[in-house]
Amino acid sequence: MIIQTKSDIVPSEITPKEVFDDRRKFLQQAGFGLLASATGLLSSPSFATSGNLPAQYKASRPLLKLPNFSKSKYGAGEKLTSFEDITTYNNYYEFGTGKDEPAVHSKLFKPVPWTVSIEGQVKKNKTISIEDILKLAPLEERIYRMRCVEGWSMVIPWIGFPLAQLIKWAEPNANAKYVEFISLADTQQMPGVNLPILDWPYIEGLRMDEAMNPLTIMAVGLYGEALPNQNGAPMRLVVPWKYGFKGAKAIVKIRFTDKIPMTTWMKAGPTEYGFYANVNPQVEHPRWTQSSEKRIGAGLFAGRIKTQMFNGYTEQVGQMYAGMDLRKNF
Amino acid sequence: MPAWIYEKTSSVQWLGFVGKVPSKKLAARFKVAIFLLCLIPLLRLLWLAFHDDLTANPIEFVERSTGYWALFMLLCTLSLSPIRLLTGRAWQLQYRRMLGLFMFFYACLHVMAYLWLDYAFNWTDIVKDIIKHPYVLVGASAFILTLPLAITSNNAMIRLLRERWKQLHRLVYVIAILGVVHFLWLVKKDLREPMLYATILALLLAVRIYYRISKRKA
Repeated sequence: MIIQTKSDIVPSEITPKEVFDDRRKFLQQAGFGLLASATGLLSSPSFATSGNLPAQYKASRPLLKLPNFSKSKYGAGEKLTSFEDITTYNNYYEFGTGKDEPAVHSKLFKPVPWTVSIEGQVKKNKTISIEDILKLAPLEERIYRMRCVEGWSMVIPWIGFPLAQLIKWAEPNANAKYVEFISLADTQQMPGVNLPILDWPYIEGLRMDEAMNPLTIMAVGLYGEALPNQNGAPMRLVVPWKYGFKGAKAIVKIRFTDKIPMTTWMKAGPTEYGFYANVNPQVEHPRWTQSSEKRIGAGLFAGRIKTQMFNGYTEQVGQMYAGMDLRKNF
Repeated sequence: MPAWIYEKTSSVQWLGFVGKVPSKKLAARFKVAIFLLCLIPLLRLLWLAFHDDLTANPIEFVERSTGYWALFMLLCTLSLSPIRLLTGRAWQLQYRRMLGLFMFFYACLHVMAYLWLDYAFNWTDIVKDIIKHPYVLVGASAFILTLPLAITSNNAMIRLLRERWKQLHRLVYVIAILGVVHFLWLVKKDLREPMLYATILALLLAVRIYYRISKRKA
């Protein structure tokens, strides 16, 4: 199904021609011709919900134009978290440690042009542009629950493709047991990287079978549009049965390894954050309750809901951990 | 000097409190002003709640905000004595009880937000949370220790307990340290804000310790 955008725009909102032309020139210079028209972007349904937000919180207009995408069976019946909440309540320390900071500080971030390099245990090292990545596999909408290790959760309509498709293209060799995802750490564009709060760049990792699992996706959009900068544009990892921090954002490098990768949060707090980080209500965290969670957008009096094993995806992923002590491998 | 300067000076004479003890009337007005100022954090929360503007995670916002203001009031309370030690002025001490009770007030709101909004009085989960998470245990201990102080904060109790009242109310230092540790422990990685509070508390305690030691020497 194709999402159609209605054009119910008031004349005052239409970008003046000079500004529009300027923008077009700028974008052409940036080497990126495929652009949605300014009017189409302004009237898109996803922005309607952020109508009464202060200007600084509004998502910057996505520069990337996504091809058509199909719906998928995932997440049927779930109540979606609003676009406003998804784009103003973010953990993205590269843009500041406050939840509201990424939306503000990522406004000038440039997700295009973008290339991702593939290295490590592969047939040969190579690079691929974000435009070519979008051609690797058809895009689909995946509505997933996202459970943060801090005890809150959202339901997000991602647009992406199975990571397995990208891995197939990357051609890892027989020694590849793990995949490492390395995020951009650009001190110019990302003010948070100047603070020694984490060991930059942000590194996350998956075991090969986890990476190949059909649930694991590379997200390039949400709510029918290209990914906003504060959500990890232009491409981020989404692993719905793991805590949110596993989802590396703004990925610039994918490295295949034979040894278990040392991730950023493992380095920052080895007793708190493990490599697996599977959502597990039975394994307590020293700081936060993991047996229940607060659903974002449910309101002041909604209380908590029970956290499910593997965030409710046991059927699809449980067999990968058969026989493993998940208390030890947290 | 032209005459208007003198006029100006006299019109700001009420600022004289900086240099000397204010009159009873002025001191009473200050009390009302401080009382109203201390209500602002509560009014702000109500305003934001009314406008559905308590961020995407309203429960956590209310918990954080009330906890933050309880700690703020506590540090204000603890700053009055160091001011006396440093400047020799003591009249500000008359506001100590009110500030202390405002700390208790915000601490109560903080605990209510936790018990009611966050855990809906689900006592099994609450007990589990307190036992398993050291920062919650530290915070809960701090709150329990404020109860005897709040109960004995009236004049009758001061008369009744005398010397023991003084000893009892030294608990406030324990509460302050527990409060700051509670904050430090709950923050994931960016410790700048709780460290600021820890530093202010350390400075306030350092002034007391310094004067205590020098008094003993003398």
